Amino acid sequence: MYSFEPNEEQQMLIEAVNRYAANDLRPAGHDAEEEGKLPQKVVSKGWELGVLQASIPEAYGGFGEQSSVTGVLAAEEMAYGDLAGTLAVMTPSLFVTPILLAGTEAQKQQFIPPVIEADWQPYTAALLEYKFDFDPNDLQTKAKADGADYVLNGEKAFVPFAKDAAAMIVYASLDGQTQGFIVSRGAKGLSVADEREKLMSLNALPMYRVKLDGVRVPKSNRLGGEAGHDYKPILAAHWVAQAALAVGVANAAFEYSRDYAKEREAFGVKIAQKQAIAFMLAEMATEIEASRVFNWEAAWKLDTGAEDAYKQAYLSAMGSMDMVMMVTDRAVQILGGYGYIREYPVEMWMRNGRGFATFTGLAIV
Amino acid sequence: MSIEFETPKPIAQQQYVLKTVAENMMRSVSREMDENEHEIPYGYIEFMHTAMKATGAGSLAPKSEKKEEDPNKPKRPPIGYQLLAHMLEMLSWGDVGIYLCTPGGGLGAAAVQAAASPEQNRKFLARFADDLPTFAAMCMTESGAGSDTSAIKTNAVLDEKTNEWVINGEKIFVTGGHKSLVPNEKFGKGFIVVWASIDPSAGRAGMRGFVVEQGTPGVTVTKLENKLGIRASDTAAISLVDVRVPYDHVLGSPTVEKKTEKGFKKAMATFDATRPLVAATGIGVARAALEFVKEKLAENGVEVRYGLPRNKLTSIERDVIDMEIMLRAGWLMVIKAVWMADNSKPNALESSMSKVKAGDVTTKITQKAVELMGPLGYSQEFLLEKWFRDAKITDIYEGTGQINRLVVARQILGYSGRELR
Repeated sequence: MYSFEPNEEQQMLIEAVNRYAANDLRPAGHDAEEEGKLPQKVVSKGWELGVLQASIPEAYGGFGEQSSVTGVLAAEEMAYGDLAGTLAVMTPSLFVTPILLAGTEAQKQQFIPPVIEADWQPYTAALLEYKFDFDPNDLQTKAKADGADYVLNGEKAFVPFAKDAAAMIVYASLDGQTQGFIVSRGAKGLSVADEREKLMSLNALPMYRVKLDGVRVPKSNRLGGEAGHDYKPILAAHWVAQAALAVGVANAAFEYSRDYAKEREAFGVKIAQKQAIAFMLAEMATEIEASRVFNWEAAWKLDTGAEDAYKQAYLSAMGSMDMVMMVTDRAVQILGGYGYIREYPVEMWMRNGRGFATFTGLAIV
Repeated sequence: MSIEFETPKPIAQQQYVLKTVAENMMRSVSREMDENEHEIPYGYIEFMHTAMKATGAGSLAPKSEKKEEDPNKPKRPPIGYQLLAHMLEMLSWGDVGIYLCTPGGGLGAAAVQAAASPEQNRKFLARFADDLPTFAAMCMTESGAGSDTSAIKTNAVLDEKTNEWVINGEKIFVTGGHKSLVPNEKFGKGFIVVWASIDPSAGRAGMRGFVVEQGTPGVTVTKLENKLGIRASDTAAISLVDVRVPYDHVLGSPTVEKKTEKGFKKAMATFDATRPLVAATGIGVARAALEFVKEKLAENGVEVRYGLPRNKLTSIERDVIDMEIMLRAGWLMVIKAVWMADNSKPNALESSMSKVKAGDVTTKITQKAVELMGPLGYSQEFLLEKWFRDAKITDIYEGTGQINRLVVARQILGYSGRELR
């Protein structure tokens, strides 16, 4: 049957995340962006909500089951507070979730509990590469079997917390297939740039270039062991996460500009009373809703193992990318000159918005 | 409850049957009906009437007696509107013009059901369960009153001597008006619901629906429109000159309650319920167009490579991908709106949003489809050019895209009609 109602546990999680997003992330977001740093206590508080922990079975130190639907609901809600903050809180998922989805039993036992049972720590993953037509299914970083190891060569970009990460998953092309490799800090040949990435937004999230120069990874540290893994479920999990975050950011921009339009007067009426503004808002609300239900179905398909789950997750990322650009652009437009001023949050959301064309790999649920 | 997207079994079974109907009784005569506007698709009408009578699906006729419910049986959540939305989507995938000829009362009966007393319900709706297929139509629009329904000039005056309402006015764009009003030996006796003012000084508060039976003196079909699309469906102009109807043919309260717009709001409530259903018909047309495009591309060896970054896709791939996203999202918004209706959740916002989206989706997909298919899209050899013409009505009737945006905007802003005109 059809139902659009989160279950009780999900409802509780949504409420908790919503409180955190509104009371902690949003107030910290602006200064964090300007200063390039998110207060650690805000990140820790987000971690303690247990969004990731609730997606991990007890056997590996968590207290729940992996569910894309639940992950999507939480991500939407958190990104409503602040995108960079959300990505920071969720960075350890980049390491844990792929292992849960594609790792061997031994890998799960070894790598998941130390992350899950502790305070927030920087575990991460490196997928993006610095080229205009970056394609997760056609990586320039290469892996080659060599004796008991794989040898990795290449360069990664936009790797969150790479500098301090205790370990990361590095995605590389092995015989043309994208595969994940668990690489520990200090591995020989692994070097993290000193300078942080300087991007159009996400300044609060420390991201780095990472070089791999003949990094040797034991075969047991290939995701899924020597037999490897199917990369599709991991990429699909990135896509639905990306779409959920786009919905959250768009919703933030929509609500802010809606409230502004109800306050701001021009020509003797509130500007929201002008159809030119009201229709923009109506279309923003409609498109957000369209992306949301589409992504919910994509997540549900991943959870139920539907045949076309991968395709719909892909389409969801594509569609939400356009939606969030349209919505955040209009939010700036509705605020007019103020929309352009950094004192107001909408210009940051618009910068966030454009990033969704590039953000694949920065979040996973 | 939890979030789920599994098509309920009864719906899946229904769709299986309806697809056969769509292919064999609709698509097969699509072109013929389009070329001969105002020809009546009797085969489809008679089949649907028999089928709906047998199954009760899609019918507004009052149910005879409620079956005793077994208290031990677990209660299934209601899916009536969901069934209907799926049915309309599939039939419109077949042919939306022919679908609009479905007997059973349509919008006319829906207006009765929304605003009538139980006695009126029995009196006016029982006929739809009779042996012959029967039609009813809704008469709202006038030449000077389209989206702005408060400008309606048709009036009804109570003749206290005979206790009859006397109605005068001119109505246009009445879907199914001909089949409802003009006697036809193959059909039962239909009616129209005429929206008229009982107190012109009261504005919308004075608006009421009146049931006017086929054969009532003074009511005539004066014109059948020639249209861009949905040509199988008749669109009538109706003139009412001193039309007398019995006192109890007024729907809702016969007196004007000052400062309320109850009478009119009931008409509008009809639209809340029917908007996602009309949206569903648009989605059906759009699906037909998109499936055609994908089929032709596949025949010609053009593959859509899902999963590639957008800047590696061809222009055709990008278009197909965009079409797929909007089609599915539009459909899911319909499903959500009718799911809410089934579960008695207020859905005015979701209803209107689904119609806004469907209007966009349906026109964009069919227009892009014709563009992509080149001569194949423009030729009458295929039905795509017809679907392009049929599709446009989705963004016009049952509230234009602009009116629906206004309704959505009022909902999200918490504004009244006065605050946001």
